[in-house]
Amino acid sequence: MHLPDPKNSTPHEIAQAISLSRRRFLQTATGAVAATTIFGSSPLRANALPRNRKVVVVTFGGGARDDETFMPDGQENIPHLLYDLLPQATFFTNVVNQGILGHYVATASIVTGAYETFNNFAAVSPNNPTVFEYFRKDLKRPATDAWVVAPSNGFARIGESAHKLYGPGLGAGVILPKRLLTAALSSAADATRYEHLLRDNYETPLYAPTLAGNQIELNQLAEVLKLSADDFAAHARSLASPDELSVYIAKQLMRHLSPSLLWVTLHDIDIAHSGTFSLYIDGIKRSDRLCAELWQTIQKDPEYAGKTTLLILPDFGRDSDIDSGGNGFQHHRTGDTLSRTTWMIAMGPGIRENTVVDRPIQSTDLVPTLGSLFGFEARYSTGKPVPEVV
Amino acid sequence: MLPEQLTPANFDAYPPEAKALAAAQIDLLRRLPLAFVPLLLRELIAYDWKFPAERADLDRQFTYLNGLSPEQLVAAAAPFANLKLTVALEKNDWINSPAIFSEQLSAHLWATHQIDAFRTAAIDYVAKANAAKPDPPLPMHRLAIAVIGQGVAKNDYRLFRKLRPQGTYYTQVKHANGVKTLLDAVAARARTEWPYNHWYIDGGAAAPVASHIATVSYTSLAAPRATLQARMTKTYEASVFDPEAFRTMLAQTKPEEVGLGAGGDPVLNRFQLSLLTEGSGTQVFATTFVQWAAREALRRAQPLTLFAHFTPRQRDKPMNELLAETQKRPELDPLGSLIDADMGAYYTWLNLQRLPEAEKAAFLVWFEDHQEALAIAPSLGRGKQSDQSIELADLVGQIA
Repeated sequence: MHLPDPKNSTPHEIAQAISLSRRRFLQTATGAVAATTIFGSSPLRANALPRNRKVVVVTFGGGARDDETFMPDGQENIPHLLYDLLPQATFFTNVVNQGILGHYVATASIVTGAYETFNNFAAVSPNNPTVFEYFRKDLKRPATDAWVVAPSNGFARIGESAHKLYGPGLGAGVILPKRLLTAALSSAADATRYEHLLRDNYETPLYAPTLAGNQIELNQLAEVLKLSADDFAAHARSLASPDELSVYIAKQLMRHLSPSLLWVTLHDIDIAHSGTFSLYIDGIKRSDRLCAELWQTIQKDPEYAGKTTLLILPDFGRDSDIDSGGNGFQHHRTGDTLSRTTWMIAMGPGIRENTVVDRPIQSTDLVPTLGSLFGFEARYSTGKPVPEVV
Repeated sequence: MLPEQLTPANFDAYPPEAKALAAAQIDLLRRLPLAFVPLLLRELIAYDWKFPAERADLDRQFTYLNGLSPEQLVAAAAPFANLKLTVALEKNDWINSPAIFSEQLSAHLWATHQIDAFRTAAIDYVAKANAAKPDPPLPMHRLAIAVIGQGVAKNDYRLFRKLRPQGTYYTQVKHANGVKTLLDAVAARARTEWPYNHWYIDGGAAAPVASHIATVSYTSLAAPRATLQARMTKTYEASVFDPEAFRTMLAQTKPEEVGLGAGGDPVLNRFQLSLLTEGSGTQVFATTFVQWAAREALRRAQPLTLFAHFTPRQRDKPMNELLAETQKRPELDPLGSLIDADMGAYYTWLNLQRLPEAEKAAFLVWFEDHQEALAIAPSLGRGKQSDQSIELADLVGQIA
């Protein structure tokens, strides 16, 4: 990717260049058209939107850079996104995250639609109401209708906020698959066989926060997911990574509870913090495949097919190779424009297919957008609904 | 405490040369804002263990700041003075623990959305300080060499993909005794015995080289790595873990505590320890270690010659198994390591480009025991490919 000289360019100019670069490549690779220049921003089939709408959100907790995804050298890593999903989707090339670039706090910011400012490594609830609380309180939805599948123990409190008007009892159920798996294993010898699925956090590998929140525990597993601990452990053994475990749990939720709002956070890509480029690429390829698997599951399940919006976005990017303050793909610490500029895929009923939107949007715009889709008001969010999705 | 309250006694715990320098600059330090002084002290407190290039850089900053009129100094410091800090930061022991202050300042700036303003101020300051006193001309052009792919028999990954536009890609390189050939080229450049001007970094055991070539190897650091890994494992198995306290523990580890004290070069010992305590992944992955060591050597020592030999890293496993790798023979991942090292070579070239006289610098990367190499130099074409047979010694001779 050829970016303007950072010393002689404003962050806005660099972000625009990133956006245009993504668009040019997509137009070449997929023949995508630009919504802003051809169709305007109104939905294609807005008058045919389904009742009983459902939404599945997938965030990458460990951003992937354009160099390894949407640029020519990276396309080999994301064949499913490029050739299976994007032809059916609207692609937003310029999603900006102006908040703290730590995975828990950034995901919490996306979930609340407001930039949260707490310590990324603290076991705390978001300060602002989450999308799950708006959804359940405003629409009077039951607890079984909103779920989060989260990658590490640090996300235990992502389901509901500390806000005095919302909070405990109004949020989403949180499933931490790795914690469940740990509990399901009966011995240390078992744990050894499953350790490839149990790594908790790549950024601070030794971080093991105190758990607190509305996360599901092992004794609820059979009741909620119709899955015995033994069956769960046996199936987990066939999986290659923590993200595969998360997607397996997400599919179980869809099959047995059919929640209207399901949020899945993938995390394998964050192995990049170890400095191993090949493992980072493996994580990207796995995320690409798992996103396609989720879409296929949606299409095959009568509870979801034809009435589900799928939204995929990294929580933020990673440092550029150019910024001397960082070490390229390894981290997201410089706060440079590349690490703040990411993308979003939106697909489902009423959303234009094979379309590219260059207009900048904020990652905090997602929750108000979901509010417009479902009919709740994200009153404490600082974002705005994205018209190309609602 | 605020900078204006500083006295020479505040620096009593500093090492001798750092203490003297702080005392000499105390009038200047008193006139600078809290968001700036601890960052300067973070460099100053380690002055006794700094490389010559780092000392020159710190001296240049003091020369620049002391050369400003009172009004100019206020204006130059204003972007930092305008940052809104907290009383808690003021109460921090930023004099004796400036690195910890720096971490907490960073967290505060992120949380209060001031990090972009800080970034802009820092970039502007560094540019002005560098412009105030240009670097003296180098005695020779710089050369960096990367050797990648040890142990890989067959490869389908398109190597040097990011570097090919910058230089000439050679497909028929004759490479008998390749590593020795390249080390000989390094030795030939290292005729002068200036300290820290010529570096050899190896992901395995280092081959014998002249003593004035600064040598760092992953294997030679096995004992310090094991000591650090034991500490990390202990923390990993604790019921409650505080990540900030953990980072502080790493930052405050002394070379002698991990077996790096006796008889060695204290400057190089400190550098090696920093690779393990400040790098991420350097403790467990040989490829990450070499890439980070090359980056830090280039950034800090600004050498004339650097030879980086990437070797296979252990295969990815859960953290406790990775940390235990010194206790048993680890399973290696040569092909993954080749991809890691290919990127590491690109980053080594990028870091070479950040140094003075980058336009004259030369770079060579060779796929070990194979016929592929890529060279970058002012005399060579960019984006070219050569299918002519060439000896590795001749290739490195063209650019050394």
